[in-house]
Amino acid sequence: MIRFILLQNRQGKTRLAKYYVPLEDSEKHKVEYEVHRLVVNRDPKFTNFVEFRTHKVIYRRYAGLFFSLCVDITDNELAYLESIHLFVEILDHFFSNVCELDLVFNFHKVYLILDEFILAGELQETSKKAIIERMGELEKLD
Amino acid sequence: MGSQGGFYQSKEFLDLVKSIGEARSKAEEDRIVLGEIETLKRRISEPDIPKRKMKEYIIRLVYVEMLGHDASFGYIHAVKMTHDNSLLVKRTGYLAVTLFLNEDHDLIILIVNTIQKDLTSDNYLVVCAALNAVCKLINEETIPAVLPLVVELLAHPKEAVRKKAIMALHRFYQKSPSSVSHLLSNFRKRLCDNDPGVMGATLCPLFELITIDVNSYKDLVMSFVSILKQVAERRLPKAYDYHQMPAPFIQIKLLKILALLGSGDKQASENMYAVVGDIFKKCDSSSNIGNAVLYECICCVSTIYSNPKLLEFAADAISRFLKSDSHNLKYMGIDALGRLIKISPEIAEQHQLAVIDCLEDPDDTLKRKTLELLYKMTKSTNVEVIVDRMIDYMININDNHYKTEIASRCVELAEQFAPSNQWFIQTMNKVFMHAGDLVNTKVAHNLMRLIAEGFGEDDDTDSQLRSSAVESYLHILGESKLPSVFLQVICWVLGEYGTADGKYSASYITGKLCDVAEAYSSDETVKAYAVTALTKIYAFEIAAGRKVDMLPECQSLMEEFLASHSTDLQQRAYELQAVIGLDAHAVESIMPSDANCEDIEVDKNLSFLTGYIQDSIENGAQPYIPENERSGMLKISNFRNQDHHETSAHSLRFEAYELPKQTVQSRIPLTSLASTEIVPVPEPIYVREIYQTTTVPSASSDAGSTELKLRLDGVQKKWGRQTHSPATSTSSSTSQKTDNGITQVDGSNTSNSRTLETYDSRKQQVEITPEKQKLAASLFGGSSKSEKKPATGHKISKPSSHIVERSHVRKSSLEIASEKKASIQPPPDLLDFGEPTVNSAAPSVDPFKELEGLLEPTTQVDSAENHGSTAAATKSPDIMGLYTETPAGIYNKDDSDILSGLSNPPVRNMLGGTRSMQVAQSSKGRNLKNSLEKDALVRQMGVTPSSPNPNLFKDLLG
Repeated sequence: MIRFILLQNRQGKTRLAKYYVPLEDSEKHKVEYEVHRLVVNRDPKFTNFVEFRTHKVIYRRYAGLFFSLCVDITDNELAYLESIHLFVEILDHFFSNVCELDLVFNFHKVYLILDEFILAGELQETSKKAIIERMGELEKLD
Repeated sequence: MGSQGGFYQSKEFLDLVKSIGEARSKAEEDRIVLGEIETLKRRISEPDIPKRKMKEYIIRLVYVEMLGHDASFGYIHAVKMTHDNSLLVKRTGYLAVTLFLNEDHDLIILIVNTIQKDLTSDNYLVVCAALNAVCKLINEETIPAVLPLVVELLAHPKEAVRKKAIMALHRFYQKSPSSVSHLLSNFRKRLCDNDPGVMGATLCPLFELITIDVNSYKDLVMSFVSILKQVAERRLPKAYDYHQMPAPFIQIKLLKILALLGSGDKQASENMYAVVGDIFKKCDSSSNIGNAVLYECICCVSTIYSNPKLLEFAADAISRFLKSDSHNLKYMGIDALGRLIKISPEIAEQHQLAVIDCLEDPDDTLKRKTLELLYKMTKSTNVEVIVDRMIDYMININDNHYKTEIASRCVELAEQFAPSNQWFIQTMNKVFMHAGDLVNTKVAHNLMRLIAEGFGEDDDTDSQLRSSAVESYLHILGESKLPSVFLQVICWVLGEYGTADGKYSASYITGKLCDVAEAYSSDETVKAYAVTALTKIYAFEIAAGRKVDMLPECQSLMEEFLASHSTDLQQRAYELQAVIGLDAHAVESIMPSDANCEDIEVDKNLSFLTGYIQDSIENGAQPYIPENERSGMLKISNFRNQDHHETSAHSLRFEAYELPKQTVQSRIPLTSLASTEIVPVPEPIYVREIYQTTTVPSASSDAGSTELKLRLDGVQKKWGRQTHSPATSTSSSTSQKTDNGITQVDGSNTSNSRTLETYDSRKQQVEITPEKQKLAASLFGGSSKSEKKPATGHKISKPSSHIVERSHVRKSSLEIASEKKASIQPPPDLLDFGEPTVNSAAPSVDPFKELEGLLEPTTQVDSAENHGSTAAATKSPDIMGLYTETPAGIYNKDDSDILSGLSNPPVRNMLGGTRSMQVAQSSKGRNLKNSLEKDALVRQMGVTPSSPNPNLFKDLLG
């Protein structure tokens, strides 16, 4: 199960944070700080997995943004690494050539996309087409 | 879909985001956010705010909260927003509340009513928004309020609604299994849903249910197998493909489920062999996702009833993982190896050098995984090397959580496989010295017990063990700072055995003990241990009829302790004083020497008091009532629990705002939930569990710190077995080691280099150092399997030739690509990434297909795309062209690590594939006009590429 998703830039600024388990605010800050510290200085050749307390963080860097997923110890690391990539592909499609700036100014839309992709800590839909179509329907309302 | 890139918020909001983006320090950022909070506080409570404006305020609140500031003043406005009639506004409201509120928040009660209404809405988008909120916000108490509605939605005509309803029901099950226990059959029904998305979503709850109770779902084995078969045969709509793999995420989930169902069940497993074998063959091992599926196959194979053919496939896949250059794959390989060696231990041998490489890798994650593997494959022949490695690693890390774990693993292995006493004591010393404060005190008590008990077979070896312990402890006491637990062990052992072999005089040992008590004067427990040890030494002296001269420093210490604030210390000091004053005979009976293993009989029933009680009762006293029979008391002690129970038992009234009473009660679980862990679920650390069970027998020795002696009754011996005759066993094993080790290393060397040259020419030149060979020999040199080698060598050569072909194709395509690149020179523009806009027609959208549908005619085409190398070759120029051109884009300052994990060739190939897929699918996106528009807009707002973070403008997908 996914515990949380974080999008952070290299300076550690949170661009997006979504928690699927209840955490106190202070704890959230600690988590964000620690995850950033864990991933930011890792050699790009190293594994994209880091142990984090009793869980593990799967992260991937895109340009200046780190996408980090915290999952259970028993979960398939590569599969979650690819789910990050799938998410970025969806974002890329939705924003056409997504860059960090898109996410900064449209974070609320990113949340909506995320809600179609992951629900209650599990992958809900893995078809890019289905998600893009749903977003299209929502966008029509704007 | 260019419009999505636009920014519709007001200038004010854009300015806020911009100024925060440009803030030079955290303090400046905080100042800006606090200003924003003030503005919002003022504005948001103004009367008659237009909806659109209000929506923006709420989004700004989300932003403030995301930056880590408190926006709770606005929560109520977000809640109000969910009541709105306009879907757009409502959706924003729901988004905000799911981000702001936890399930235990007081305001939830105000949303439940709205959710109820929205779940019955005619507009399915409203229903979806409400279901999203249900998944996050509904708690145990409010489940009954929405449960019937959610169940109804399972049959909703829109698949998106059914999917979310499934997820919501799953969430309910996690929160309160009893509330939905009668509805579990719905998950089975939805497994046959027409929509693959719904079916995929159903696998999540089913996986959890099967984990809990396998036997109730055995009847589904065939269904899962047939679904997996259809997925693998590409019968799902193409929209579920990811990097040319058919619905890989669904495949992985299914494999996980099959592993559970087939575990220890031969019949069920036999049904799975065909499909799992099929997937092994079909998996594209050049893409990450293909390897993810392969890894899951290995996990499945190693869990279900074993099948030699599949095990062979698994072993092949593992060797490919381990030989890869990608750290990720190596990591997966090590993990998979750890799973497979449980079934076929011999496969570790052929990978010994790869394992050692991983062990010496600077990547900590990989190293830890490898240590875990070594831990799993420890035997009495390699325990010394492995534990030494683990301790070396333990010394160098700061992560206390992991340090504790690795320390307890070391102790466990040492106890189980120790080749000699000497080694055991030394190993324990190292563990205690470097992680003493982290290891469980039980480990210390265990060690004391082991030293005291020895093996119980041979008195000579036992006393040797003790002497060597005493010797090493006296040596270690010279070190400056020792952990408290370790000092306790040292004091205890010195007290019991310091003078036992007559090598050291009583005054020498007592002097050392006094030094300890002085040096660690702030540690009461250590002082107590030291005093007791002194008492023992003096008692033994007196009992032996020798005259006792208390050292002056010892006397002053005693004077200090006699007046200590700690009553425990005082008592011990008085006891010492009393013992010294006694004659030899009395001392002998209160402090018999070497009697710590004797049982002390304790009359737990206190039968000697019966007469006294009888008298009291006859005199009119009330008989004693055991605590669990006192009904009145129970209520008080369990008050909290019961209170909690009541709230969950009586159902909520949702009609009116009877807020105050409910809120007070609903707060209780909130506070009790607050924990430092991320999750309130039990953590699956198996090793720890195993370890604890092994130490359970020592529980009785827990009281050791306050008692004079350890109680050792009913304790099991754990390491006597291996060390029957340590001298002979080690010598024979070492000779074996050298013989077999060397021949083996040679053998694997040749087979390795043969395959390596095809994988990576660079590796070929790397000499395998004798050091590594030695390490390999000591780790893996157990038994030789000479007849196995030719077979494995042959096995490996198969995939490698495949790779050769592949890399050849890739190389040629690269050449073409570079030629092509020269001809298409993109204009250097800031936001254009120099990619030719490939306007290939979008692939024909697959009409929705039923699961049982027949093979589509189009599958032929895509199978050619994926498998036929000719197709790949004709297609590759574009793919590679796109890839190679990207770095030539604008900011090539640090382009090299745009995609950190994907720097190795095979994966690069995959990236190209992705790109082409995107291009094909998004015929609308990726055009120049769009990028230019975006650029213009951004510039208008004053954000320029020269601002502090140029990465802001960089395409995330390279």
